[in-house]
Amino acid sequence: MNFFEQIGRFFLMLKLAFTKPEKGSVLWGSFITEIYKIGISSMSLVAILSIFMGAVIIIQTDANIDSPWIPAYTIGFTARQSIILEFSSTMLCLILAGKVGSNIASEIGTMRLTEQIDALEVMGINSVNYLVLPKILASVFIFPFLVILSMALGIAGGGFFAVQAEIVNFQELTYGLQYWFDPFSITYSLVKTVFFAFFIAAIPSFYGYYVKPSGGALEVGRAGTKSVVISSVMVLVINLLVTYFLLL
Amino acid sequence: MIQVKNIDKGFSGVQILKDISFTFEKGKTNFIIGQSGSGKSVLTKCIVGLHEVDNGEVIYGDSVFSAMNKKDRKEIRKEIGMLFQGSALFDSLSVVENVMFPLRMFSKMSKSEMRDRANFCLKRVDLINKDDLFPSEISGGMQKRVAIARAIAMKPNYLFCDEPNSGLDPKTSIVIDNLIYEITKEYDITTVIISHDMNSVMEIGENIMYIHKGEKWWEGDKHSIVTTDNKEIGEFVYASKFMKSLRGKL
Ligand SMILES: Nc1ncnc2c1ncn2[C@@H]1O[C@H](COP(=O)(O)OP(=O)(O)O)[C@@H](O)[C@H]1O
Ligand SMILES: [Mg+2]
Repeated sequence: MNFFEQIGRFFLMLKLAFTKPEKGSVLWGSFITEIYKIGISSMSLVAILSIFMGAVIIIQTDANIDSPWIPAYTIGFTARQSIILEFSSTMLCLILAGKVGSNIASEIGTMRLTEQIDALEVMGINSVNYLVLPKILASVFIFPFLVILSMALGIAGGGFFAVQAEIVNFQELTYGLQYWFDPFSITYSLVKTVFFAFFIAAIPSFYGYYVKPSGGALEVGRAGTKSVVISSVMVLVINLLVTYFLLL
Repeated sequence: MIQVKNIDKGFSGVQILKDISFTFEKGKTNFIIGQSGSGKSVLTKCIVGLHEVDNGEVIYGDSVFSAMNKKDRKEIRKEIGMLFQGSALFDSLSVVENVMFPLRMFSKMSKSEMRDRANFCLKRVDLINKDDLFPSEISGGMQKRVAIARAIAMKPNYLFCDEPNSGLDPKTSIVIDNLIYEITKEYDITTVIISHDMNSVMEIGENIMYIHKGEKWWEGDKHSIVTTDNKEIGEFVYASKFMKSLRGKL
């Protein structure tokens, strides 16, 4: 299958996914389960990453500002901008693309391999709708919360470390963190995140769903790797596009 | 009753099934037998609509399934139960949830009615007190039983079993075979069993089709299959030493 056929197939899958579900209550149940699997179970990873990266960003900023002419509050300001604009959305989603993506691809791929998808189809269930739609919806719903959590913990963790390590004092830090704050920067990040979330769920679903059963477990592994690579590239492309259109 | 008429099926230019016609009778265990790779699973997937046929017709009762659109097929699908080769239970659902799954999807039953029906089906396959275990926590034979319970939950008129004995020990195989046979008689359903196991055929086979490289070579009952003078079928039937030792005595 060439590249364009794959894209065509991807959109056909989305068309099948976004149809009316067999039963609303079943979709709702799967949606809640997926929020747990995709979102809640990623919270500790998000927390650890954000606190550590927040601290590193502060140290980096301080290390690169050596001139006495640059005021100390610049540290808080710059760290805030890095965390909100790029780290907590793009970098975090890249990491989640790995975790969530390989998870989704192997789950759906295994279902293909073990004929669970055939079992759904024989029953007369639209298996794409049943399996893929709740993952996409849950991902789009929960990712923005993960990103907000990451922003808060990144800034709090970094700030706490900066004050403890006497990189900057508390007044200068909080002044810097509030300096020239534009709420649109958060909107911008969350808009990106919604797009990221969509593809981070949809691309692995696609590769998992179309695993060749004859290829066995090896093929499921390959689907996982492929979907992580493709969805990561997709995150970078979307980042560029959204940034271009919203900030330029 | 299910009829297939002159079915052809190929994948990307390679023809797999050639001009297959057969009638699967109601209230009987109908077997599709043949060597591995002969096209048994492809034929079955054509009959249940997981593959589209290239030519020919698939007819359930008097409805031409192969000519129907998705929506009409759905009504027939609700009358189909299928037991897959690897059981195909949903890993993320417990035993009882697996059996309740089709009910949850398609019936208007209340939760307690669903549970009652699921428990009835599980009891029918002699699986009790395993409700809350997950498929990975029970043996292969038990998984088959759960899959049978799930297949009969919606009271199907048609039951398909793809190699119901694969991966099972001989004793469990016979138990599963007999269970399928009893259910066929009890509910008077059209049962289609795919197998390459002569033991199963001799145990419960009533109406048998032998396919070879995608073509139907023979049909009949289990008494005539052991006496046929067709060389290839003879080689298939008497492949094991055990069967060889019985040649002429059956
Ligand atoms: N989806 C498919 N695409 C292409 N070839 C297939 C497909 N499914 C089965 N085949 C081929 O059809 C032939 C018959 O396979 P199958 O029906 O699975 O045999 P069996 O009798 O063992 O069940 C095999 O050669 C197999 O490789
Ligand atoms: Mg097969």
